[in-house]
Amino acid sequence: MAAIFSPGLKVTDQTIVQKDRRLPLEGTVEVEVGQLVTADTVVARTQLPGKVFPVNVANQLGVDAGRLTEFMRKGPGDAVELDEVVAETGGFFGFFKSDARAVVAGTIESVSTVTGQVIYQAHPVPVEIDAYINGRVVEVHESEGCVVQAEATLVQGIFGLGGEVKAELAMAVQRPTDVLTPAHILDEHAGRIVVGGAYVTLATFRRALEVGVVGLVTGGFDYDEIKELLGYEVGVAITGGEKLGLTLVVTEGFGEIQMAPATFELLQKHAGRAASINGATQIRAGVIRPEVVVTHDDVEAPDEVWEAPEPTGVTVGDPVRGIRAPFFGRLGTIASLPVEPVVLASGSKARVMEVQFEDGERAMLPRANVEVIER
Amino acid sequence: MAELKSVLATDCGSTTTKAILLEKTADGWRQTWRGEAPTTVEAPFEDVTRGVLNAASEIAELSGRKLVRDDGTGIETPDVGGQGVDMYISTSSAGGGLQLVVGGVVRSMTAESAMRAALGAGAIVMDTFATNDKRPAHEQIERIRQLRPDMILLAGGIDGGTKKHVVALAERIKAARPRTRLGGGFNLPIIYGGNVDVRDTVEELLHGICDLKVVDNVRPQMERENLGPARDKIHDLFMEHVMAQAPGYDRLMDWADVPIVPTPGAVGFIMQTIASTRGINVLGVDIGGATTDVFSVFDGHFNRTVSANLGMSYSVSNVLAEAGLDAILRWVPFDIDEKGLRNRIGNKMIRPTTIPQTLEELKIEQAIAREALRLAFVQHREFAVGLKGVQKQRTIADAFRQVGDDSLVQMMSLDLVVGSGGVLSHAPRRVQSMRMMIDAFAPEGVTELAVDSIFMMPHLGVLSTVDKEAALEVFDRDCIIYLGTCIAPAGEMTQGQPALKVEGPGIDWTLSAGELKLHPLTRDEALTLTLTPLQKELDVGAGPGRPLQRTVRGGVAGLVVDTRGRPIVVPMAPDERVPLVERWVAALGEYDHGVDGEVP
Repeated sequence: MAAIFSPGLKVTDQTIVQKDRRLPLEGTVEVEVGQLVTADTVVARTQLPGKVFPVNVANQLGVDAGRLTEFMRKGPGDAVELDEVVAETGGFFGFFKSDARAVVAGTIESVSTVTGQVIYQAHPVPVEIDAYINGRVVEVHESEGCVVQAEATLVQGIFGLGGEVKAELAMAVQRPTDVLTPAHILDEHAGRIVVGGAYVTLATFRRALEVGVVGLVTGGFDYDEIKELLGYEVGVAITGGEKLGLTLVVTEGFGEIQMAPATFELLQKHAGRAASINGATQIRAGVIRPEVVVTHDDVEAPDEVWEAPEPTGVTVGDPVRGIRAPFFGRLGTIASLPVEPVVLASGSKARVMEVQFEDGERAMLPRANVEVIER
Repeated sequence: MAELKSVLATDCGSTTTKAILLEKTADGWRQTWRGEAPTTVEAPFEDVTRGVLNAASEIAELSGRKLVRDDGTGIETPDVGGQGVDMYISTSSAGGGLQLVVGGVVRSMTAESAMRAALGAGAIVMDTFATNDKRPAHEQIERIRQLRPDMILLAGGIDGGTKKHVVALAERIKAARPRTRLGGGFNLPIIYGGNVDVRDTVEELLHGICDLKVVDNVRPQMERENLGPARDKIHDLFMEHVMAQAPGYDRLMDWADVPIVPTPGAVGFIMQTIASTRGINVLGVDIGGATTDVFSVFDGHFNRTVSANLGMSYSVSNVLAEAGLDAILRWVPFDIDEKGLRNRIGNKMIRPTTIPQTLEELKIEQAIAREALRLAFVQHREFAVGLKGVQKQRTIADAFRQVGDDSLVQMMSLDLVVGSGGVLSHAPRRVQSMRMMIDAFAPEGVTELAVDSIFMMPHLGVLSTVDKEAALEVFDRDCIIYLGTCIAPAGEMTQGQPALKVEGPGIDWTLSAGELKLHPLTRDEALTLTLTPLQKELDVGAGPGRPLQRTVRGGVAGLVVDTRGRPIVVPMAPDERVPLVERWVAALGEYDHGVDGEVP
């Protein structure tokens, strides 16, 4: 029988984490294979082309587009300063002169005698990318970036908001079932990544922003509160670019759901240590999960590119979580894996697994509605 | 070519490669076997042919017919004594399908024509830019830069019309220096199908920054579109550039006996074939996890739209955002906590592969599907209109049409609706699919409904370009499952009053406004019915208040008579809504015991 594999989220104290650090455009790679880097080390830099601004200069001057070049003081490729005169008419005996001025500092890209447009390009914008995690460079992509690798603790979330943040982990609650309230957020949490338990309310989120918390890790969050935060609904789970002031990592899902105890314990174990978190989420092809990474800096970072083992499938006894009603958010272990499909209460026929929940209850769940907690 | 006896057809989707075997039996053309395997475009395999061979091997094992060459280098052709096949054909939507950016001078005219050409070719239109699209030029340039499409279709100006605006668009493209999605160091293909008078200028401008192809103007005159040349060029470039860049496609193109077509483009082929050979108006819909495609052929006019963010898993939260919670709730036959429902929908978005385990979950999912289908259909109707900018002579009939309803898609003249996609094709009971489509599309008069059993339409679309008869035979016998016929008078009704009389052999029903009724009737049975509206504004196809005689056929669900009026109005207060929706559910026996398409 083929291996049964229900992909899940990784929650592990020891794994090899690889981070592909690439520039959006070709540039210069600043590191070499084998080099040890810290999360803040700049590994590559480039210059993004500046914004382009088309302006109808012929109209500004009140001349025919076909004669525009006669009045241009600057041509394609020339550098211009903001507000510098780029074209002017002679006027009538020195009167009624008109001119056109550069709308941006940069260069003139083109001058069109058909449309009368002058296209300006602003100065390039420098872009740098850092290593994001402490580790060793194990691969360099020429002119593009590199791969940084390290042994680390990894907690993958299911949904997040906001981009990469590096800071110290701080626990704000005692138990994975505790709801994180505004009262839990203390002044000493400023500049830190705060771990809550089952749920973070909007009020807590706002309090965290006020205090200067840079990251929040929680079990659940209300879907409709995202709209309150962002001003729009997240219709498709592609996130990471939000500018909220802090990064949110949700480990279980939407609603009030306790954080998986194993996840909570792991984060608790590493409280006080530096972590790298990212809220970027992409559920479609090329899945990206939000994450919390704590590198084991006392362990020599491996210098060879590590190959992840093939997924081995799941077996009886593996830890799982229910990911859809009526068992959403419940944790348990696989009790049996029946081969034959079963008719569900909904009337659909599906392959199932029997799960023994933590409270002792046993139930049949469609395999599609169960997620393995990978360790 | 010798007589065709057998065809292997594959559709390489983003996640699954579906193969079917079509054979000419003593009984005519049939789809005999099918197999599927994961698509192998991405790492670690990075070779689409691996998935194709795996899916073909599955069929070979089941059927005992040799399909893969001994050395694994391709599909065994021709068919010799029942081994091998005479032809191998394929469609593809792997790697996100074909993605285009289109441009034109006026958004509702040449840009819309360019969009129609791109959609008709099976593309996803990532963005449409026009000189009047309200974005400043620098924003358009920035957007073109970011998008990284597979190609750009630039239209603009009728022949002999504006030059300056078309050149301005070309200048923006030049300034953006767009790059291809798949990289590979080749120039982005740009198709120019605009004003012929500025071809040279556009060529000069874009020389060196793209691979420019010039085709006939998509809108040579205000009154006429000419989409064929642009569509054909899109297909050519799909093969030459996009497919050639995708891993393993060079080999797949060698194997295939006819050009590989983008999946939605092939569905469009079969829709048009059915409509033209039978002389009917057809509506097709494919609801997926991320997108919903709608196709229509009305009086020979073909239109396709892609609602890129309306789907049942990845985009399910967007259905909630666009439709609003109340619109979804109106189809739910029980009261439910609103915050909880929002969280459930959000959780489906982030865990898209989950399925409804309970009946309650199924009902919620089907309520969301109704809204996804309805919204996609609204977008389609808005897009499927006659050419804008044309001076029209209005007829008396136009004068009676609803103001602003200039869509080509007129529900009273719709003959057949075909639905596909998991939520419709795999609903536990077929009658659920039937009601989902009736609620979403609100057909008027007499309309047949069907579902695509195993998403075979793309395969048959390509086959129709080679052997129309074979494609149609398989379409009818193995591809679609007829659900039945819906009879629905159009118009607003006086509630509680008699609305429709239905008379026929053994039938004498009088239905009041607001009712749904199901009558078991198989596909092989035909009933000649007299339908008489009992309220003078109601129209069942012969005009307001006038009786209509029609022969109708059934299907796996049967004959549904719907006197809920058009539009279907559902009260929002739970104490009114719940009993009403419960009554409709009960009338059709939607969630009664029994599964797998048994007639209730």
